[in-house]
Amino acid sequence: MIAALHRNPLAVIATLAVSGALLWLMAHLVTVKPGVLFWISVLVLWALVWIGNDALSGISTLSPVATRFRNLAVPAIFGLTLLLLWQLVVKGFGISPVFLPAPSDIWVRFSTSFATLKADFIQTFLRAVLAGWAIGSLAGFLVAILCDAWGFLRRGLLPLGNLFAALPIVGVAPIMVMWFGFDWQSKAAVVVIMTFFPMLVNAVTGLEASGHLERDLMRSYGASYFDTLIKLRLPAAMPFIFNALKINSTLALIGAIVAEFFGTPIVGMGFRISTEVARFSLDMVWAEIAVAAIAGSAFYGLIARKQGERGDVQHEEISDGRGGDRGIDGWNGLGLCRGGDDPAQMGDAGPVCRLLRG
Amino acid sequence: MSFIGPSGCGKTTLLRVIADLEQATDGVISVNDMTPNEARRKRAYGYVFQAPALYPWRTIERNVGLPLEIMGFGATERARRIQLNLDLVNLNGFEKKFPWQLSGGMQQRVSIARALAFDPKLLLMDEPFGALDEIVRDKLNQQLLELWGRTRKTVVFVTHSIPEAVFLSSRIVVMSPRPGRIIDVIETNFPKNRTLDIRETPEFLQVAHRVREGLRQGHSYDD
Amino acid sequence: MTLVATASRPSLPAALAAGSTLPVAIIVLITIVIWYAAAVPMNKVLTQPLIDAAGGGLLNTLSISWSLPRPVLPAPHQVLAELWNTVFTVEPWRPRSLLYHCWVTLSSTLLGFVLGTILGVALAIAIIHVKALNRSLLPWIIASQTIPILAIAPMIIVVLGSIGLTGLLPKSLISMYLCFFPVTIGMVKGLTSPDPMQLDLMRTYNASTSQVLWKLRWPSAVPFLFTSLKVAIAIALVGAIVAELPTGAQAGIGARLLNGSYYGQTQQIWGALVAAAVMSSGLVWLVGFIERRVARAMGAET
Repeated sequence: MIAALHRNPLAVIATLAVSGALLWLMAHLVTVKPGVLFWISVLVLWALVWIGNDALSGISTLSPVATRFRNLAVPAIFGLTLLLLWQLVVKGFGISPVFLPAPSDIWVRFSTSFATLKADFIQTFLRAVLAGWAIGSLAGFLVAILCDAWGFLRRGLLPLGNLFAALPIVGVAPIMVMWFGFDWQSKAAVVVIMTFFPMLVNAVTGLEASGHLERDLMRSYGASYFDTLIKLRLPAAMPFIFNALKINSTLALIGAIVAEFFGTPIVGMGFRISTEVARFSLDMVWAEIAVAAIAGSAFYGLIARKQGERGDVQHEEISDGRGGDRGIDGWNGLGLCRGGDDPAQMGDAGPVCRLLRG
Repeated sequence: MSFIGPSGCGKTTLLRVIADLEQATDGVISVNDMTPNEARRKRAYGYVFQAPALYPWRTIERNVGLPLEIMGFGATERARRIQLNLDLVNLNGFEKKFPWQLSGGMQQRVSIARALAFDPKLLLMDEPFGALDEIVRDKLNQQLLELWGRTRKTVVFVTHSIPEAVFLSSRIVVMSPRPGRIIDVIETNFPKNRTLDIRETPEFLQVAHRVREGLRQGHSYDD
Repeated sequence: MTLVATASRPSLPAALAAGSTLPVAIIVLITIVIWYAAAVPMNKVLTQPLIDAAGGGLLNTLSISWSLPRPVLPAPHQVLAELWNTVFTVEPWRPRSLLYHCWVTLSSTLLGFVLGTILGVALAIAIIHVKALNRSLLPWIIASQTIPILAIAPMIIVVLGSIGLTGLLPKSLISMYLCFFPVTIGMVKGLTSPDPMQLDLMRTYNASTSQVLWKLRWPSAVPFLFTSLKVAIAIALVGAIVAELPTGAQAGIGARLLNGSYYGQTQQIWGALVAAAVMSSGLVWLVGFIERRVARAMGAET
């Protein structure tokens, strides 16, 4: 049956539409403690959507435009199914909203408290996260240039930078709150410190990434330090810098939210999460989480997209011979995969492998 | 027996089909009266790749012992066969070394010992010396010939070097690319205990010439 | 290499300058000097009346700035004194001891790390062997990572607390959740890293799937595993610390930070920070140490 689906895009879309619509209907009508038959039909429909989605991702005879649309549709269908199942399980088993609220409840909360969520978003994301991310990354980059020009500084700072990059830096939050006050400036300061070291370490590595032959070529042209920097070494460092920007986007959001646990004015995503948790109104917490997840994924996806436009991803794969992750590439561009999959954040397996292979 | 031909003529593919590493699109292949799949399941052949493909985390003796471990030989039998086959490729004393401590030629000899360790009837070699330099290659050719003399295995050898094919083989199959097909099959009658000097003799040069003619003929299509 | 070494053996200072020991030492030294200097203006709000009362002067300014009980920025020796007092002058099992709090955090870090590693490795092995899982499980795993878990650690602790789960386990679960992802991704990479020739070789031996796994895939994945483990153990610690923040936990590095923040105990915050840093680098070092031992046992060039 799956093989038959593979050859027939219309059948795939029909399967998806029918089973998806039925699942949607069931999620709408579900009441507490439905019978076994209900759960069996949920499982069957879920399996049908799954098979349909799998077949959709496997169709290879599509026009470029359709392929683009398909690449968006597959994860979207996956996400929607996830929400429907969540709704069905919470409503069907009558799970208390104090334990896990249903997506519909979260949505209601989202639309009624939109103004609050917006204020929190502006306070935490647009102020603390963006400012901290930009300042921290820029500072890390500038110090990396200094390190590159002055070997002594590099040898002194890089081991410390590597050490700091692995430290639980978010712990400086109480100190920053003490120094810079309760408002967003103290959160931005935490973010600056968190994002500085990954950029420093990555940019220094990147500036050393250009090949000896290319550098010798520049030397043979009698190029100055700045010529070599601008025309060769910075372009070669770009994949590393973009990697750091992506890692930093994840760190920045988490840093800003966690820093708010240590004291804020009465606005902000971290503040909202901690106070609403204390009042057991988890629908508001989940609405806040949804905002964070969407904002974070979009932020990450935007940087990944910019990187993709530059063609750096390919460059990187050629330069270190490391292929992409199995099955993850498709998700990366959508920003669904934030952090963790980056070679730089993963640490660097390359040298270790070379060490082992001899 | 050797398969010789330019790259793209399907000689490696043919060897991989014999080894059941790839499926034939059409036709029947018989390996000592078995299908390739049966032959692989019965572990009837040893395969030597272009690169040594040794496992870097295993010592030389444990690399040679790898197929024996997989096929469930006992520890004493393993030790005996490892010793025997390392003797065969003149690598005594390197048992405890790791692959990176050996030269490329020595590594390829280890991989030959590994292919022989479980005593298969058939030895499939896919350009085993292609990545080595001329001098090492000559030496290994001589050693392989001696090995063949001692073990009397059937060796199927894929190469793109004319002297190598002529020197090693009792039968040479010349192949052409696009489409891959057999141009010529040449039987040679050189003495069993021949040495590298034979390559200067008229008989040798005559066979080499015939191989070269065959290869040129195959090429004339696209030139 | 040897030629250079024998021809001109560099003098000791030159050798130190060429390596990273001297540069690091100098930069640390400069940092300490700046730190001491910065303590004067940063504490000025608190010290100004005291300095005026003492009659001013440089000596008074310095001694007062560097010895405040609740400074804005404590001087390095004050942080050291705090560490000394909380580590060596108290029995380790007393809540006043920093070691006690370290142990509380460390135990949930390690439990979460072990659980996360087991889960991550198991998932990776399943993913590479069952093609359906590669397609069906990986999307779930990746979707799970879009939730900024550290930000909702409080909720998880509270929710688990409401169903009676308290203490070590909820904190470990957060560490585990953070750990398993890099381990899974690294191991999927590692287990699929053997080149096709090595896999073909196994096929010519008619090796079983488990033989291919244990004799080829697993050893190939070991370097990837350790790389992931170094990332995992560092974030496991962060997870454990953040998990201690919300519940008004009485013990652990996170609780120490939060209490210090509430009561303005600056030195307590700094002491906890240093402890967290030492634990983090110690744990990463330990994983690295084991990695080097394993690499040597696996025949790596040394």
